Amino acid sequence: CVDQLLEVSYVLSQGCSLHPFSLFGSVLLTCPTAGLASMVASSRSYADFTPEKVDLHRLEEGPPLTATLTREEGLKYYRTMQTIRRMELKADQLYKQKIIRGFCHLYDGQEACAVGIEGGITLSDHLITAYRAHGYTLTRGGTVREIMAELTGRRGGIAKGKGGSMHMYTKNFYGGNGIVGAQVPLGAGVALACKYLGNDQLCVSLYGDGAANQGQIFETYNMSSLWKLPIIFICENNQYGMGTSVERSSASTEYYKRGDYIPGLRVDGMDVLCVREATKFAADHCRSGKGPILMELQTYRYHGHSMSDPGVSYRTREEIQEVRSKSDPISMLKDRMLSNNMASIEELKEIDIAVRKEIEDAAQFATTDPEPPLDDLCSHIFANDQPFEVRGATPWTKLTSTS
Amino acid sequence: KVQVWILSECVSLFQVNVRDALNQAMDEELERDERVFLLGEEVAQYDGAYKVSRGLWKKYGDKRIIDTPITEMGFAGIAVGAAFAGLRPICEFMTWNFSMQAIDQVINSAAKTYYMSAGAQPVPIVFRGPNGSSAGVAAQHSQCFAAWYGHCPGLKVVSPWNSEDARGLLKAAIRDDNPVVFLENELMYGVPFDLSEDVLQKDFVVPIGKAKVERRGTHITLVSHSRCVGFCLDAASVLAKEGVECEVVNLRTIRPLDVDTIEASVMKTGHLVTVEGGWPQYGVGAEICARVMEGPAFNYLDAPAVRVTGVDIPMPYAKILEDHSVPQIKDIIFSVKKVLNM
Repeated sequence: CVDQLLEVSYVLSQGCSLHPFSLFGSVLLTCPTAGLASMVASSRSYADFTPEKVDLHRLEEGPPLTATLTREEGLKYYRTMQTIRRMELKADQLYKQKIIRGFCHLYDGQEACAVGIEGGITLSDHLITAYRAHGYTLTRGGTVREIMAELTGRRGGIAKGKGGSMHMYTKNFYGGNGIVGAQVPLGAGVALACKYLGNDQLCVSLYGDGAANQGQIFETYNMSSLWKLPIIFICENNQYGMGTSVERSSASTEYYKRGDYIPGLRVDGMDVLCVREATKFAADHCRSGKGPILMELQTYRYHGHSMSDPGVSYRTREEIQEVRSKSDPISMLKDRMLSNNMASIEELKEIDIAVRKEIEDAAQFATTDPEPPLDDLCSHIFANDQPFEVRGATPWTKLTSTS
Repeated sequence: KVQVWILSECVSLFQVNVRDALNQAMDEELERDERVFLLGEEVAQYDGAYKVSRGLWKKYGDKRIIDTPITEMGFAGIAVGAAFAGLRPICEFMTWNFSMQAIDQVINSAAKTYYMSAGAQPVPIVFRGPNGSSAGVAAQHSQCFAAWYGHCPGLKVVSPWNSEDARGLLKAAIRDDNPVVFLENELMYGVPFDLSEDVLQKDFVVPIGKAKVERRGTHITLVSHSRCVGFCLDAASVLAKEGVECEVVNLRTIRPLDVDTIEASVMKTGHLVTVEGGWPQYGVGAEICARVMEGPAFNYLDAPAVRVTGVDIPMPYAKILEDHSVPQIKDIIFSVKKVLNM
């Protein structure tokens, strides 16, 4: 395969009526009403949440009508999504073997969101999310090794075993947050710092459909708008907040409109290109000083809410299977690349093999690295402080805390 | 300004009330470090609900003195996020009662993050505001939060009494790279104290975690914080006339507790009474007594240690009831005499 620039043009169509049908082979569709040759990035044929168009709220225009996917980008997105997928599946295995404990919220199915968002911003921008955070830890610069070792609670973990699944941090990535909704005002605070320091950076602040009803999010909408903070609110709508479907939790399920006075858009979160273009559009909006913008990504998680949830008491296996077969983000990208001769099957297989090896090596590390030393028990309470005594479980147990 | 001749040295003393001490401390720290900023309800154009931030908005403008809407959970979260990203916010709660709206951000987002991130993410933030009982503001506006916040690892909790405490501890808190809960007292804001030139130096700080012995004595130790320190000193004056010399320890910091100073005092006097405005159960005094029990000072006690506290009720409104809901000087004197078996 020669490196080729391929125009994968697609329409984030506004106002065109589309026929919802599956488009994995070809990406060309004519739009009858406008008489334009337009391409639809994705369409899935199941009825649940087929987006018939990109929906806009208080926006005159949305993301551009065409996007360009280079071979290099395609391979990169493919590899990253596959890495997240296999990493999460390995975590599932390790959890069932009781090598990972406690909470473990897996991201498989939602890969296009993390990868697409990162494609629309840079590493000098900032990002914060909730507890379904392993994918973001990777896209924000973490390695599979240190993510897995954190899940298994070892000293080589990204938080040295002190944080666990929900508390992973990298540069300009503020976790991993366990309290539903709390990360959203935190993200606005990061955005405030960006504006204060005048560094042209922005903050992406993510939350789910379950968190979308949290009061503090509306408080944050208000202050972000008042002060024109450079923040992109992103609602990852995977249709279920734990076991509660969006219809049962939200009087309004149009999450992209819930910001009211904040302009919003809703895009297909299973399509990495849609996510990327929407993110770029949102980032431009922020960087031009217009203040916050809200994106809703329609996506799906294959696993239950966490490893303690089989995920089938509140939704059907058929539904999960349908999404897998018709809207899988990795399959969609793969098919698009293959059908446009951007990569060969062998090449992609090689990537799969390399990814599997990376995951195996990481899992090997994560299961053999020693646990943190007991000396670390009390450390990292305070930054830049003298060591001090910490009371242990009894008055005679005197432990030491170092910064 | 008063000039006092001590021995053959002239020491200038300046009368500064607690409000102005806090104001000057913030002003100097805002000037010293561009990353410091203040946010909260009415801190800017209103000059502060209790005028603690008077003049700061005029001097520093909208960027650094920010009026927030009445959304504590939201703006406390924003303040913590700003601290994550490298700024040094001072987040004011109009009173600490309102912090309950935002307590998750103080504890789960601020206090625990450095630990959870294994040192990757410090949180240099100060939360400040008036704490404890005021005058006639009734139950929802009168709670003392020293015990609640003092319970949590990852926080530093300070409770100044006088102007020197207020100035020095606020500077220390702002310069600290960790979350500090700064508990002021509304009734102390207008009280003047004499400050020496040394205290008024720009780099004067009172170290967090060190108590101060305000009055030396030999018969009994009184340990207190915030406004009650003044009551202890008043009680000590009265008791001195009867030949009882009280040692008064001003905690200054609730967490970390300066157990060494407390123990040294108790080992000297053999008697201990703690005095606080908050409720008795699971309170600051309870912690002090437990620590003394568990440490070397226990063997020096000639009588059980005892606590003087706020009455275990929601704060009533009527003046006569309110007066009887908080520790009074006579309660301290009574307790001292009981402990000394007088």
